[in-house]
Parts: sequence; structure tokens; C-alpha cells
Amino acid sequence: MKAIGTAAVTAQVVLVVAGAPLLAGTMRQVRARMEGRAGPGVVQPWRDLRKLLRKEAITPIGTGPAFRVAPLLLVATTAVVAALVPLASTVTPVSGSADLILVVALLALGTVALALAGLDTGTAFGGMGASREMTVAALVEPTILLAVFALSIPTGSTNLSAIVSGGIHDPVRLASPAGLLATAALAVAVLAETGRLPVDNPSTHLELTMVHEAMVLEYAGPDLALVELGAQMRLAVLLGLLASLSAPWGIATTASPAALALALVLLTAKVALLGSALAAAEVFWAKLRLFRVPELLAGSFLLALLAVTASYFLTGE
Amino acid sequence: MNDSVYTQLLDLACGAFLLAAVVVLWLRQLSSIVQVFALQGVALAAVAGLLGVHEGRWDLLAVAVGIGLLRAGALPHLIRRALAAGTPPPTRHYEEDVSEARETQPLVNVAASLLSAALLTLLAYAVARPLVELDPTPATSALPVGLAVVLIGFFTLVTRRRALAQVVGFLLLDNGITATAFLAASGVPLIVELGVSFDVLLAVLVLQILTTRMRAAFGGTGIDDLRELRD
Repeated sequence: MKAIGTAAVTAQVVLVVAGAPLLAGTMRQVRARMEGRAGPGVVQPWRDLRKLLRKEAITPIGTGPAFRVAPLLLVATTAVVAALVPLASTVTPVSGSADLILVVALLALGTVALALAGLDTGTAFGGMGASREMTVAALVEPTILLAVFALSIPTGSTNLSAIVSGGIHDPVRLASPAGLLATAALAVAVLAETGRLPVDNPSTHLELTMVHEAMVLEYAGPDLALVELGAQMRLAVLLGLLASLSAPWGIATTASPAALALALVLLTAKVALLGSALAAAEVFWAKLRLFRVPELLAGSFLLALLAVTASYFLTGE
Repeated sequence: MNDSVYTQLLDLACGAFLLAAVVVLWLRQLSSIVQVFALQGVALAAVAGLLGVHEGRWDLLAVAVGIGLLRAGALPHLIRRALAAGTPPPTRHYEEDVSEARETQPLVNVAASLLSAALLTLLAYAVARPLVELDPTPATSALPVGLAVVLIGFFTLVTRRRALAQVVGFLLLDNGITATAFLAASGVPLIVELGVSFDVLLAVLVLQILTTRMRAAFGGTGIDDLRELRD
């Protein structure tokens, strides 16, 4: 019983760490194919990481501990989130601490660490990127909190495992207006949090438009590898969280090895499908002007708030 | 149709109804706003139809069909015609977009108006609570949706500059009032409903003519140009 739970947590973390670069590779490949290019292949991000890890570690003159610790902190917080969130199983030794507020706080800690590192370099780009990232983060965090809060009202608990197992046992809850609105708000928040289009363009290095890339411009070698891995892991974890909350079918609610294996396969399939759909949609989207981003995020905040109010006045009881 | 399916469908229709009102505030392109408004008409007709089927009242079903035709068909068509009349054909070279097709500068910017919509929804919920407690059924507990759409419609009416956006705001207000009537009292008598519907249709026709006249006189329907009285 306990061994299976530990195995589930280990499997989640290993799957996220090993699968996140593959997810990024799949998304780039889908995008390349849809644009009529051959594409570098699915494992290209892993090759990039290997190349970066072999290089010598270099830090710019005048940077302090914030710059050095940030990549480690980013990867570590995301790995902890990957262990906590019920991606594959709701009965794990840590599922009691899989609290929604803790998960959001851990994600925010990674963001803040990276923003501090951007400020630490003292360059214009680092400061600009950090300030933009903080603007977006300040608007996104309340949306995520409210959206998952709306999903937690029918369960009566902010524990993510309880929310997910409640969704499995009572699927009507997911199709209610509150559930749909919360899912939509959460999807926009995930796009903003992971720095995808239309909020940030992950493949640009144009100084006027970049947000995330501007912050990490001074990183090189193994540190850059960690930053890239951390960003890819965040994307994988947040897509996994979105999949668990909106389509929780297949997640193991009992401690049996067969259910766990099935849940891991389904998790891979769901996240790969979500990632491919996102990449396909991104082909048709343009990046929003930076001053329009607060508008989009205010909209998603409103959706989340409507989800909370709707779960009060549309429950029908 | 059993009770839980009815509740679920009614909640979905009410949710779509409220969401459409919010999306109208979010968008700038007038043609998309009109599309969303038409979808809201469909949601309103669905609410009326569901109530009719649930209570076994066939006159309500007829009203639902009428509402669908008027609010999802006729009114959007009229607004679209007025819009097409005011939009010049696209030119090859770049020109500043001064046409009527976009609500470029609302009095309150879009982010702030979305947050105001959130506050208005909470206000509607707070105001409607004593009413809901009188007779808590699935329909009456969705009453805040109708009130919220009334408030959001009024907000649109007050903060938009283009005449056509204001017409849509007025129609949102009217949709909200109709929805409130359905949810609170399963609709008003057929004759009153007919009267209200024709009233709205006439109002839109008059506003369309007025818009055309304004455009002929001033070259645009920006409300800011109409501040002074002239003779």
C-alpha cells in the first residue's frame, strides 16, 4: 500500500523530468510540421540540454547568490509540485499536503527566484524582463487561486487530491457552468504562467517583445540547461494539472499497480494531446501587445470570479 | 425530462447567457459583438424553452421560438445592416481606422470594465438573495444571472461611444429584463411579451434610422461630437 504510493510519487516526478523536454520537442515538431518545415525531431530539447550541460559553468562578473541559486530553486520547486499534484494517483504519502495554496505558492517561488536573478545581473534586459514577468505573475496568481477555489467549493476542501477524486466520482460537476468557466480561466492562466502565446512568445529573442527570455539572457552552460528544464517542467506540470482537474478519468484512486500503470499512460497521452493542441493553436495566434495582456488576464480573472459566484447561485439546491 | 437533467441544462443556458454579456464587454470589433449578442438570444430562448417543457406550458414554447427568431435572428440582422452601411470598403493602402466597425476608445478601458462587470455580478447576487430565499427552485436561484445582465447591459450603454455599441447595450438590458421575468415568474402573459418584443423591434428600427441620419449629418456616430446643441 505504502510502497505503491511512494512508487506513484517517484513515477510522477521521473515522468515529468524526463517527459518535459519531450513535450517541448513534440510541441515544436507539431508547430514545424504545420508551418511546412521538417522540424528538428522530438528529442531535440534533450540534445540541447546535453550540449549545455557539458559546457563550462560561467557567471557574469558582479552577480551574487540570487543569480546562482535561481535555476536550482526553479527546478526544485517544480519537482516538488510534480510530486504533490495528483497527476497519476490520488492516494500517495504526500497527498495530504497537496494543498492548492501550497502548490500556487511553490510555483510563485520559482517565478520570483528567476525574477530576482534577472534583476541581479544589473543589465537593462534582465530588469525589463523581471518587471514584465512580475506584472504578469501578479495578475495570474489570483486567477489560478480563484479558479481552483471554484472547483474546490463542491468538494469543500482545497486539497487537490480531494478535488480530483470528487471529480472522478461525480462527473456532472465538471460539466456545470462553474466547472466549465473555471477550466477556461485556468487554461488562460496556464498560458500566461508558462509564457506561451498570446502572452509571451517562447521562441523570440526580439528585445521589445520578450518576457521570459529577457530574464534569463545572461545564463549560459549548465545553469541555462537548468532554466530551460525548469521552464519545460512547469509547462508539463501545469498542463498535467489542467488535465487532472478538467478530465480526471483514469487517475488511480486506489493503490493497485495496474491502475497506476494505466494512469501514467493516460497522463502521458492527455498531456501530449493538450500540448499538441496548444502548439497547433499557436500557429494561428499572434502575440498580444504587452499593454493588452492585462486585459486578457482581467478577462480570465472575471471568468474565475464568475465561476465562484456561479457555483453559489447555479447549484440549483 | 427528469429534474436533475432539467437543472443541469437550465444552469448551462443561464451560464452561457451571463457569459455572452461579459464577452460583449470584452470585445472591441462590433461585428463580433453582434455575433455574441445573437448567441445570447439563443441562450435566452433556451431558458424559455426549458421552462416551458418543464412546466408543460406550450404557450411558453411558442414564446421561446418567437424570442429566438427576434433576438437571435432579426435584431442582429438589423444591426449588421446598419454596420455594413457605415463601414467603407477596404482600401489598398494603409489608413487610420476611423470607421464605425470598432469600439476603439470606450469611456472606461476594457480591463477596468471587466472588473466592474465582476463587481456588478456580485452586487446582483447580493441583491437577489432575499428574493431567491422566498421560493428556492432551480429557476429562481438563477435569478441573479438576469439581474447581472441588466446591470452589465446598463454599464455597456453608459460607457460605449459608438451608437451601435450603445444599441447592443440597450438590447442586453432588455435581454436581462426578459430573463429576469422568465426566471422569477415563468414569463409574463403572452400578450405583454408580444408587446415588449414589438417595442424592442421598433426601438431598434428607430435607432437604426437615427444612426443613419447622424452619420449623414456628422460623418460618424461618436457620441462625443453631440455634446453641444446647435440650430
